[in-house]
Amino acid sequence: MGNEGLRVDLAGLSLKNPTMLASGILGYSAETLKSIVDGGAGAVVTKSVGLKPRSGYANPTVVQASCGLINAMGLPNPGIDEFAKDIRGAKAVLKVPLIVSVYGFSAEEYAAVAKKAVLAGADAVELNVSCPHVKETGAEIGQNPKILAEVVSKVKGTVDKPVFVKLSPNVVDVAEIAESAVLAGADAITAINTVKAMAIDIETAKPILSNKRGGLSGPAIKPIAVRCVYDIYERVKAPIIGCGGITSWQDALEFMLAGASAIQIGTAIALKGPRVFRSVVRGISAYLKRKGFRSVKEIVGLAHRC
Amino acid sequence: MEAVSPTVKAFTFKDKRCAKAKPGQFLMLWIPGVDEIPLSILDVDRERATVSVAVKRVGDATSALHNMKAGDHIGVRGPFGNTFTLKKGKVLLVGGGVGIAPLTFLARELATKTAPKIFVVLGAKTREELIFLDRLKKLCGEENVLAATEDGSYGVKALASTLAESVMAREKFDAIYTCGPEPMTRAVLDCAEKFGVYAEASLERLMRCAIGLCGSCVLGCYRVCRDGPIFNIDQLKTVKSEFGVWKRDFDGKRIPV
Repeated sequence: MGNEGLRVDLAGLSLKNPTMLASGILGYSAETLKSIVDGGAGAVVTKSVGLKPRSGYANPTVVQASCGLINAMGLPNPGIDEFAKDIRGAKAVLKVPLIVSVYGFSAEEYAAVAKKAVLAGADAVELNVSCPHVKETGAEIGQNPKILAEVVSKVKGTVDKPVFVKLSPNVVDVAEIAESAVLAGADAITAINTVKAMAIDIETAKPILSNKRGGLSGPAIKPIAVRCVYDIYERVKAPIIGCGGITSWQDALEFMLAGASAIQIGTAIALKGPRVFRSVVRGISAYLKRKGFRSVKEIVGLAHRC
Repeated sequence: MEAVSPTVKAFTFKDKRCAKAKPGQFLMLWIPGVDEIPLSILDVDRERATVSVAVKRVGDATSALHNMKAGDHIGVRGPFGNTFTLKKGKVLLVGGGVGIAPLTFLARELATKTAPKIFVVLGAKTREELIFLDRLKKLCGEENVLAATEDGSYGVKALASTLAESVMAREKFDAIYTCGPEPMTRAVLDCAEKFGVYAEASLERLMRCAIGLCGSCVLGCYRVCRDGPIFNIDQLKTVKSEFGVWKRDFDGKRIPV
């Protein structure tokens, strides 16, 4: 398998391989993003950034669960004006596409942040319309097809770079939401963000997270995410970026066969470190060779044949 | 629970995992309904499966902890992070304030494992805040433990880093270990570089996940919770514009150390 066989075209972005860093993981600084690229990632997505600085929630912000993690960070970020410096710094040292994750409390805010991100050098923006633990943004936007369409078309009308939309699994019909995003102009769909969850300490009878509710990530949510990708692939033509519990090359392939053109990895970095990207890419490459495929593009959505 | 100084208390609790911790590692301690904070490990008792931490009263979480009674419930995650490496020969420990705590654990491990000759320089604002002085004298020999206080109430009236520099100028060490306020650890590392001595420092940053994911604690390309909290002199040379200069606040903004 030559390196070209792993190359992916994603809504106009060219990725040397289909693996990407998921938003929310590291992703503050150029140095940490670079360590992820050195680990083999084909693209990186920053932490979500908004118009104004946000401190996030008090600790505990993370709880370990069986086969996953529950987090409620609360979107801590320095605000786009400050973060623009980090985007410029990252752009200068990274040799892969840099996607800036954006959130807002209105369509105008999403558009304003996206514009500044693109001005600072973002190759694309990913709209966080799926954070499950901050009120009046994130999933509260992504769960409503009408409001979502308004946000997406506002951003599309403001920036001339690809716009990805990251969806929440905490909806009745994720494919319907994806369809509404694509009709409004989304260039790609990222599925999925975390699954709304919580943990309670039995000794004190108290919820552990300071925000009480958080989002579950990690291997526990992989089957849910694969199903979401499969559902979305049936309904929309835009490329899908699969995300949710990917830890191994086998997991990555499952998402691609369900219909993902690329995949994102986050929580697995806690266990395997940034080198997880290289091991996933190697595994995909060996699989393609063994099965006689010339390009990774040939396997996208193969599970829909039957 | 034991008062160590007017502002520092040591807490001991049962936790099988943390009881296996090594010097330099930390744990995340949850005070239900208040906060979860990172704490360096002060000591472990593997047989009794207990772990101890030294906590200085500085904010809401530490005050709440100081007000707790024996038998109250807390949550513990850990141990996290890497460890000090145990060297042989002749070593110097430089601790400031509550940063002395993890160095006492290190001193005990060094004494029982690689058995180097251990010199100690301690620093604090006042005599009362020079914690674990007697414990370290017993472990390392009274004559090898020097102290500096900012008000001159014990030892020399100086900063610990200044006293450490004078010790480094007259003795040749195989390794220096330091933990305390970052201006101090930075100064100690600069001295170590000047004298060409291997050194390790224990660093602190805002911690949230403690498992290397959230990025709250990054220092250059390092995640303090996962790649640290112990960093050696060669690693710290690569982050000179940041180490001892600035850190990230809750919103990720850069603020002075």
